[in-house]
Amino acid sequence: MRFSIYRYNPETDASPHMQDYELDIDAGDMMLLDAILLLKAQDESLSVRRSCREGVCGSDAMNINGRNGLACITPLSELAQPIELRPLPGMPVIRDLVVDLSQFYKQYRSIKPYLVNNEPEPEIERLQSPEDRKELDGLYECILCACCSTSCPSFWWNPDKFVGPAGLLQAYRFIADTRDQVTAERLDNLEDPYRLFRCHSIMNCVDVCPKGLNPTSAIGKIKEMLVKRTI
Amino acid sequence: MVNRIVTGAHYGLRDWLMQRVTAIVMVFYTLFIAAFLLTHQPLHFDEWKSLFHNQWMRFASLLFLLSLYLHAWVGIRDIAMDYVHHTALRLAVEVLTILALITYTAWSVQILWGLQ
Repeated sequence: MRFSIYRYNPETDASPHMQDYELDIDAGDMMLLDAILLLKAQDESLSVRRSCREGVCGSDAMNINGRNGLACITPLSELAQPIELRPLPGMPVIRDLVVDLSQFYKQYRSIKPYLVNNEPEPEIERLQSPEDRKELDGLYECILCACCSTSCPSFWWNPDKFVGPAGLLQAYRFIADTRDQVTAERLDNLEDPYRLFRCHSIMNCVDVCPKGLNPTSAIGKIKEMLVKRTI
Repeated sequence: MVNRIVTGAHYGLRDWLMQRVTAIVMVFYTLFIAAFLLTHQPLHFDEWKSLFHNQWMRFASLLFLLSLYLHAWVGIRDIAMDYVHHTALRLAVEVLTILALITYTAWSVQILWGLQ
């Protein structure tokens, strides 16, 4: 199997380059990450992040044949050769396929991704009705792999100001939570031409999400709530 | 001025909503014009002219054009926010857009009501 992998070490290389690799294996039911680890055994200078290798930790997000995804849950047999691997687009490269996600996490933190409830702590858990709990489905499953935000042109152009699809999905996760008490502040925080309204609903985020989530729909619901409280 | 990233302008909803509402206005006007053209084949200049002699048609056309300009304002500013990152340059682009759109508005009135 043929691979073409982005190589860049900012400390020694003047510019990035693509390096060809070959593996004498049968794809079978192997995942892309298995192949990358075989390549790394061949060339230990190849840098890549991975941890859980089952699509839960979100560490091995990368651009696979022009599309963001998780290497560990991408079947090798479905990929056209040579398999082109690049780091997530728009983020500073630390080395090879490893990018610096500081800006991504900064945007995530900016939406205060935790429950705010000023009531005295109850003896038992804060309960929700099954219907209220259902609102959080499709929101809480996000693993913060950054596939969506780094496939979003608006995030490429304004990563310092636009929260991005991952951050906005999480923002809605807390806006939608009936146990949270600062909904108005959360909406205030997002009512901004850059933070929320850079989203032009092109849905790249929905297209690439490895967990099948829909940030565009969550962003639409935030806009709907803003309309509802204004008119 | 310190070089810090600032956000929190607390607007955007009105413009976003305006872009959608103006789009709907334009759809209705476009459908009406399309229907008029389809039902008046072959179209003669006299018929076209008499359509625009109606006051309601002039107001409808003005409403359409104002919707177009407001829609364009939001769109052009979105493009400037996305791609023009130099603040002074972005301000210049936005001011020029506003001036052009105000000129077009006056021009539209002149055309619609200047018709004899």
